Amino acid sequence: MEMDLGTTAAIATAMARAATPLALAAVGELVSEKSGVLNLGVEGMMLVGAVSAFAVTATTGNPVLGMVVAMAAGMLMALLFGFLTLGLLANQVATGLALTIFGVGLSAFVGKGFVGTPLPGLPSLDIPFLSDIPLIGPVFFGQDPLVYVSVAIIAAVSWFLNRTRGGLILRAVGENHDAAHAIGHGVIATRYRAVLFGGAMSGLAGAYLSLVYTPMWIENMSAGRGWIALALVVFATWKPWRLLLGAYLFGGVTIAQLHVQGLGVNIPSQLMSMLPYLATILVLVLISRDATRIRLNAPACIGKVFHPER
Amino acid sequence: MNGRSVGFLTLEPRAHASRHWVWGAPLLAVALTLVVGAILFAALGKDPIAALVGFFITPLTSAYGLAELGVKAAPLAMIAVGLAVGFRANVWNIGAEGQLTMGAIMAGGFVLSVNHLSGFWILPLAVVFGALGGALWAAIPAWLKTHFNANEILTSLMLTYVAQLLLNWLVHGPWRDPAGFNFPESEVFSPSATLPILWEGTRLHLGVAIAVIAVLAIWVLLSKSFLGFQIKVMGLAPRAGAYAGFSLRKVVLTVLPLSGALAGMAGFFEVAGPIGQLQPAISPGYGFTAIIVAFLGRLHPVGILFAACFMALTYLGGESVQMFMGLPLAVTGLFQGMILFFLLGADVLIRFRIRIGAPRPGKAA
Amino acid sequence: MAQDRTNPRLVLRGIVKRFPGVLANDHVDLEVYRGEIHALLGENGAGKSTLVKIIHGVLAADEGEILWEGEPVAPRNPAEARALGVGMVFQHFSLFDSLTVAENVQLAMDGARDLEVIAKRVRDVSAHYGLSIDPERHVHDLAVGERQRVEIVRCLMQNPRLLIMDEPTSVLTPQEAEDLFKVLRRLADEGVSVLYISHKLAEIRVLCHQATVLRAGKVVGTQDPRTCSSKDLARMMIGDDLAALERRAPKVSGAVRLKVDNLSMASDTPHGVDLRHVSLEVAAGEILGIAGVAGNGQNVLLSALSGEHHAARGESVRIEGKPVGHLGPRERRDLGLAVVPEERLGRGTVPELSLADNALLSSYGKGNLVTRGFVDHERSHGLAEHIITLFGVRAVGAKAAARSLSGGNLQKFIIGREILQNPTLLVASQPTWGVDAGAAAAIHRALLDLRDKGAGILVISQDLDELFAISDRIAVICAGRLSEARPAHEATLEQVGLMMGGLFDPPEPGGSVSGGPESRGMEVLS
Repeated sequence: MEMDLGTTAAIATAMARAATPLALAAVGELVSEKSGVLNLGVEGMMLVGAVSAFAVTATTGNPVLGMVVAMAAGMLMALLFGFLTLGLLANQVATGLALTIFGVGLSAFVGKGFVGTPLPGLPSLDIPFLSDIPLIGPVFFGQDPLVYVSVAIIAAVSWFLNRTRGGLILRAVGENHDAAHAIGHGVIATRYRAVLFGGAMSGLAGAYLSLVYTPMWIENMSAGRGWIALALVVFATWKPWRLLLGAYLFGGVTIAQLHVQGLGVNIPSQLMSMLPYLATILVLVLISRDATRIRLNAPACIGKVFHPER
Repeated sequence: MNGRSVGFLTLEPRAHASRHWVWGAPLLAVALTLVVGAILFAALGKDPIAALVGFFITPLTSAYGLAELGVKAAPLAMIAVGLAVGFRANVWNIGAEGQLTMGAIMAGGFVLSVNHLSGFWILPLAVVFGALGGALWAAIPAWLKTHFNANEILTSLMLTYVAQLLLNWLVHGPWRDPAGFNFPESEVFSPSATLPILWEGTRLHLGVAIAVIAVLAIWVLLSKSFLGFQIKVMGLAPRAGAYAGFSLRKVVLTVLPLSGALAGMAGFFEVAGPIGQLQPAISPGYGFTAIIVAFLGRLHPVGILFAACFMALTYLGGESVQMFMGLPLAVTGLFQGMILFFLLGADVLIRFRIRIGAPRPGKAA
Repeated sequence: MAQDRTNPRLVLRGIVKRFPGVLANDHVDLEVYRGEIHALLGENGAGKSTLVKIIHGVLAADEGEILWEGEPVAPRNPAEARALGVGMVFQHFSLFDSLTVAENVQLAMDGARDLEVIAKRVRDVSAHYGLSIDPERHVHDLAVGERQRVEIVRCLMQNPRLLIMDEPTSVLTPQEAEDLFKVLRRLADEGVSVLYISHKLAEIRVLCHQATVLRAGKVVGTQDPRTCSSKDLARMMIGDDLAALERRAPKVSGAVRLKVDNLSMASDTPHGVDLRHVSLEVAAGEILGIAGVAGNGQNVLLSALSGEHHAARGESVRIEGKPVGHLGPRERRDLGLAVVPEERLGRGTVPELSLADNALLSSYGKGNLVTRGFVDHERSHGLAEHIITLFGVRAVGAKAAARSLSGGNLQKFIIGREILQNPTLLVASQPTWGVDAGAAAAIHRALLDLRDKGAGILVISQDLDELFAISDRIAVICAGRLSEARPAHEATLEQVGLMMGGLFDPPEPGGSVSGGPESRGMEVLS
């Protein structure tokens, strides 16, 4: 197989574009799960983020504003989830499902008027000189801004969780909420913050889909990426940098389907489109098989309702 | 006083779970959905009362509408009751939509291979194939869970996308009707493979009756059988189940395929009833809506029958307000999501008393 | 003594705390002075834990006031209590397993502090009080006694003026308890007040200067425990004289009910203790007691015997001579086994289900409760009613949910349920843990009756008094290894205590060649 530098760079770019929304959504969910909250509503929050980013950008022409609004919308959804699970002690699994179902409906409803509206794509952030280096230049310095932002966020989350007192408290709350409460840490407040961060990241991931990746609004356009992000967190055994690796692996799988066809292999597109979903199952199976490893890494209080007597 | 403050509300634990609120919560959720729905309609510039009437009442004013309610409630009830068995066991099958699709594919494949024949044996055999398709598709996440510890929520959902892509490919490719003007559709099923109509002039088909029987059968299973007891124990306290000698593996390997079979049957009923052939889209999200139905029906078969009728009404209502008031069909999804939220929130009343205001000291709990 | 009895450091006046259906504290008054070790004595459920949680800011009192150094206070959370100078060592440790000792300490300190500085202070404080701990180690690698030291050091780092200890010796060997008392006396000499919660009379009499006795949420008296007898204290605590347990000599017939042969098994919890080369025998008509500090492999042992975990070899566990290591709970029950697990809610019973359903939970193989796959709900209801009357379970009836029963009544129900299956072998873990004295006596009576009928009984317990009262032979489990069993009347508290610290040679030479105590055991003794 012969590929010139341009093709390689194009593949790398496509990979980064496919990986970025997964990385963003997954790192938000990682923080939420580290605090002990399992939010299955990522898909719904992404869709709401996607539609609000698109609606705002299409109306105002300002993609940055679109992204900010998408993050705010994701946080509103997360707040709803937090109120139900943390405030009213509802089951996290059921509430997360509800968030996704609601997000699908809400985004379809809001996005009705925007179907088919065109939108100019975001410019890539070419870093002068560096992006002119052959191969390395375009791959590392010629991506759109959110690709860099996503890597920066993962670095920041890794630093926060492992190097700061706030991160230590967050991990402690996720590991043993009763003990954290007993020594005086605000379990509920910590979890609200983590869940809201998850919502903001999912919203941003959705914005990336509708503003950069596609860029247009299509009903249900996240196509399961929220769920794949959830699987990525397990794959990464709750470690931020492994998450980035996983997201790029999935990005690779996603674009493989396009390029295999480009190489003249005649496989129906529907069957190729199954690849990311099948890969998710495969990855889950490979990682989960080692139950002890999952148990050692998973936050011990994940999904558990916290209700201190008072 | 042991209040716990949630903003402006205070939760006080009850000594015993309230039996009233177990059934009161869904009614409250429906009521709140209506209120918010009215506000929503008003915000869209429609007369809220007229819109609510158009949404919830108009569809029920004709024989055709009533029959349609049955046609839409049947798959919801049948899938939801299967999911409820799983949810009771803490097994979270959320891929019923995919199992529905696989049921339709398996049964549809069988029907298409004998479509030139006729005979009374075709229909029952096709139902079996439908159930088998759904059961086998659900057996995959079950097996992945019991043997590899893989989370069934994620695997069953991923398999839904796979099943839908498979159906899409089949009707675009190998199973496309050569005489179908290149539409992505299979041949129309022969009369032997089509469900008989129970109510002349409507679309109410035999599958609706079978769905009711299936719901009742699950009721007996849950309330009277030892398997039902094991499922209940495994869901509430898996360690107690292990202590008693019940096998989680066995429960998972029973419960998931059982719910898959019911979803698969529902899938076949859709294609052999209202649709009459295989198409890329055979369900308006019944598999997902059934999750709401299961919760709204309190995971209880009788409750699920009522909840299925209500949720079926949201489909009809969405179509009705689209036709008569020009509102988007997506209103249905919005209502469905809303009702589940309100339900989950209202459920807090089962275990807590709620008072408005901060906790007051010195007051008896 | 640095006691100063003029101005009390802590005064509670008329503290009331209600839970749904329970009055946990009923107008409690309490005074604790500077340099005083003050015992809070009472049975399980008397309201001791509730009271200290109020002092520590975990719970809010419904009525009453707290005076701290003469000033009225109402700590709203533990951080506020800590700021006042109140430190607490919990019965169920509030430590984070996956973090290091230093990180655990850091979490409890207000404001950001450098880990290095904290590690150094941990070393200083632990050296000062003779509580050796290494700040770099992860908590999951520590033995129970060491974890308690972490909790204590964590408290002492804040220079508390009141230290609350909730049942601290329940997880210690008698020798470790002695070491703890030295630390507490030293703290008292330095002027720290200690509020010491316990229901063990002997240790209160050697340690404490003052004892406040709680019964059913009320203060029934305050005494100097050094001047009154254990019997007096017991009467105050229980409100009655307890009939002494009457024991007949065992009639061991020689038939072996249970034989465990060189059984090794990995723990199923992430940082649990594995079972290593365990061998034991239980004969018909005897009670074998297994002593040990919690977390030394008792959980795995019970699961291995009950059939919840399968052994690699079927022969490693034999019931009535038949190899059962590969069989599940149901098959073992068919051979005459009955099991009382340590966790009453969530394992021994399903909390949300009725007593009728919970009767069915382990009895489904007997008495035609299940026919052709269907449950006979009338029969299971009848069985539950039968257990309730026969074993004096206080419950509103067979329809009552398991979680609505008190600990003692639920335990009587579980033991009754198991005994009514006419077992030839009963395995029970912590049968009277957290149970009031009346229920405990009834449970001990029932176990002895079952023994006298010819059943073999294995009791796993961390309560040495209990084991010495009912066992015919005693063995000790430590770090997953089991000692040789010796007749209970030959064993002394000292011997068993030393063995609980790991000082014994395992009976089976198949394991480690050295056979010496593991490092964990050594540290416990040092």
